[in-house]
Amino acid sequence: MMPFRLPHVGTGAVLPDMAAPRPAGSFLPPRPSRNSQAGRISIPALVVLLAIAIAIPLIPYQMTVSNYVVLMFMQAVTYAIAVLGMVVVLGYTGQINLAQAAFFGIGAYGVALGMLSGGLNFWISLALGVAGATAAGLALGLTTIRLGGHYLAMITISFQQIFDLVLVNWVDVTHGPDGIAGITRPSLFGISLADDKAYLLFCSVVLYVLVFAVWKLPDTRLGRAMRAVRENQLAAEVVGVHTLRTKVTAFSLSALLGAIGGGLYAGGFAYISPDNFNFARSIEFLTATLLGGAQSPFGGVIGTVLIVQLPEWLKLLPESLRFIKDVYLAVYGLGVILIIIFLSEGIWGLVKTIRTRLFAEQTTTDTTGIPALTLESAGSHDGPLLRVDNLQKHFGGLKAVDGIGIDVERGTVHALIGPNGSGKTTSLNVMSGIYEPTGGKVIFEGEDVSRLRPHQRASRGIGRTFQNIRLFAALSALENVMIGAQRSNNPIAPGEGALRERAMSALQFVGLADRAHVIVRNLPYGHQRLVEIARVLAGNPKLLLLDEPAAGLNQTEKMAFVELLKRLRGHGLTIFLIDHDMGLVEKISDRITVLNFGRKIAEGTPAEVLRNPDVIAAYLGTAGKVN
Amino acid sequence: MQVLFDNLQVLFQGLALGSIYSLVALGFVLIIRATNVVNFAQGDFAMLGAYSMVLFFTGLGWPYWVSFVGALAAMAVFGVIFNYGVYYPLRHRSFLPVVISTLGASIFLQNTVLAVFGPQPRPLEKVLAADGVNIGGVFLDSQYLVILAVTLALVLFTYLFFEHTLLGKKLQATSQDKDMARLLGIPVALMISITFIYSAVLGGIAGVLVGPILFVSIGMGSIIALKAFAATIIGGFGDVTGAIVGGLLLGVIESMAAYHISVPYKDAYAFLALFIFLLFRPSGIFGEKVSEKA
Repeated sequence: MMPFRLPHVGTGAVLPDMAAPRPAGSFLPPRPSRNSQAGRISIPALVVLLAIAIAIPLIPYQMTVSNYVVLMFMQAVTYAIAVLGMVVVLGYTGQINLAQAAFFGIGAYGVALGMLSGGLNFWISLALGVAGATAAGLALGLTTIRLGGHYLAMITISFQQIFDLVLVNWVDVTHGPDGIAGITRPSLFGISLADDKAYLLFCSVVLYVLVFAVWKLPDTRLGRAMRAVRENQLAAEVVGVHTLRTKVTAFSLSALLGAIGGGLYAGGFAYISPDNFNFARSIEFLTATLLGGAQSPFGGVIGTVLIVQLPEWLKLLPESLRFIKDVYLAVYGLGVILIIIFLSEGIWGLVKTIRTRLFAEQTTTDTTGIPALTLESAGSHDGPLLRVDNLQKHFGGLKAVDGIGIDVERGTVHALIGPNGSGKTTSLNVMSGIYEPTGGKVIFEGEDVSRLRPHQRASRGIGRTFQNIRLFAALSALENVMIGAQRSNNPIAPGEGALRERAMSALQFVGLADRAHVIVRNLPYGHQRLVEIARVLAGNPKLLLLDEPAAGLNQTEKMAFVELLKRLRGHGLTIFLIDHDMGLVEKISDRITVLNFGRKIAEGTPAEVLRNPDVIAAYLGTAGKVN
Repeated sequence: MQVLFDNLQVLFQGLALGSIYSLVALGFVLIIRATNVVNFAQGDFAMLGAYSMVLFFTGLGWPYWVSFVGALAAMAVFGVIFNYGVYYPLRHRSFLPVVISTLGASIFLQNTVLAVFGPQPRPLEKVLAADGVNIGGVFLDSQYLVILAVTLALVLFTYLFFEHTLLGKKLQATSQDKDMARLLGIPVALMISITFIYSAVLGGIAGVLVGPILFVSIGMGSIIALKAFAATIIGGFGDVTGAIVGGLLLGVIESMAAYHISVPYKDAYAFLALFIFLLFRPSGIFGEKVSEKA
């Protein structure tokens, strides 16, 4: 039996919202609520990192190093900026991008052509290049409307290949395979950056600013939305994340960062040619990202430095091992496979794992001072909250839902029951916008929402949970619930603080506030169900759609669950649920609709419906009748 | 009249080139269906097949047909190695790690071959000694005719094999539901190995056949694979018929556009066709619309 715990099991009385914090939490010092995903870095580690970061670009100033070494640093720094783009799109958002070298190239050619063909200054050329790349990124991102995964890999490769062909063949504009020489460096606030060391220092500062921004991104609304898309796109959409916009933004940001890197690269090396921006370079960016660790900008930078330095180190090998240098690229390909198999989260992931082993992760959270959960009451519109009118959903010849009509009244618990395959989950999917109806209408608060996408319905106050739990597995319980809270039109105060408070209230309501910082995949099954309910409650739904919420629970657990539902109804929340357990449905429902073969066969109060001969026949069959 | 002949000539070449894409695309689709993974090293199967032929025939001086069989045997062995080295350790992970792993394999294979054979492209003998035939002003190159014939034979063989043999049915069962297949006593790991072997051999044949036309080079596989993949999307992702039709269509589009519009951008037309399909009919010619189940 799956463990399923709810607060105050068996008290029977009307329950207060505030669950008492578990004793386990009391002897741990309260810690500030900090995000657990985006790389919590301790103060000493931060100081060390900062010291290294400041020291690196200053090395050339301290020592007399060859020009060659400076250029190598320059390469690492500009590549690292492009790799930060990969961290955003691949690491945070989980979308593959095999065209980062093309974006890098658009930035570089923007600078080169803007300055040498257009006669513009460096900064304007850079801005044009970055704008061009961002627009291209936006266009590529838009193709994810209907396509993900393999298609996206193919689309980005195609873009990369076409870009390469254009660079080589459109000689009049791009100067073809010969490339463009004579790109000059700018000055900034009257200070000339023409000197190698000064320019490197400038590029390093840009890199640090961008690393900081990318490091902070996961804890913003956008960053959480990105990670939600990565973890479970369908669930993200249903809890109110505009998944398409999030992916397009991720691609645009990736392209923008790539182009900044490329533009600075063009200035740094004064000469560019198509070879610098081909598919192999895209793979190099990808490898650097994976090697260092796609989930963190620090990992990206580490990976880039290694990839850029590796050929140099191979030169230091003794004579007898020189052959390795000749097969360097083959080793590099093998390295990609080995990293993926044995080091799936890269070097930074390894560092994090070691740190977790050494210092125990925070597993309990201080729960004092969390405000009680409030739920917005559904507006004052007349008529039913949700009206389903002659709804049809066909899959080819199969009429899964064949013209049903249901009115869900405000403040009631309405159950949808029926034998397996009668169209219950399909109906729920059409109501929440996962499927488009074949015919008929879904009307919510008097508005026809039949053609709205799931996130748009979420923004109007339709929330749902899934039969098979769909959480953002690699995120903490708190982050999961915050993503639910950040749906648009959620009537809470603006700002991160309010989101966090709202999420903690929702977790408190289901009794899991002290587990807020646990990564949800580490929670037991029953707790995961509760986190899913907290996630939808945080979004202030007016209508809560529950798909078999009590599946897999034993009798005691179901009673506790009934209490939770009663508390929710006590708040005035309207609930529409599917379940197979007649006892449970009878206990909590005000009204029941029965489906069979995609049609409504009965509706009424529990007593009426469960005595209806058609319903009994549908469940138990009819004596003497052969189908 | 001459215009018509020229167009027929280009159409013929397009179909032959498209056959090569079809063969590689077929290998693609079989792996996609069996493992749900897109193998970005598929084109390198063709490259390896062609280089095996260069090694056996040109290097070791074996007779042509012995070399051919030797190359295919080498590809079969390679299919097993590829399965256990690149796919198998990652079979429980999501698609992204596997895709990246196959990309790594592609880099590894190309550069290993580069280290062994050097960067110089190698010529390869045609299958038939005859140059070709001239039918009413349209010249049919013998190698192109062989490519068309072999492709037709292989497509037929694949169909009969999958639809009318027990092994073929077991392979289909594996690709449809691994758990159920396992419960019925089908050795799933072996079935997947066989799929990789068959896919590698198909790729090898494509490489040996196209070698005399394109020259044998390190990068020959990449461009073929990209177009083969484009063909699978145009035909309908994961659809066997779609892969074959898509490959032929792409070959014709490419040859026609190169002839009528501009040669340097020859490789771009396939990708443009792909973009257009992805925007207006992403499910491809034969594909069904897919949607995620909640």
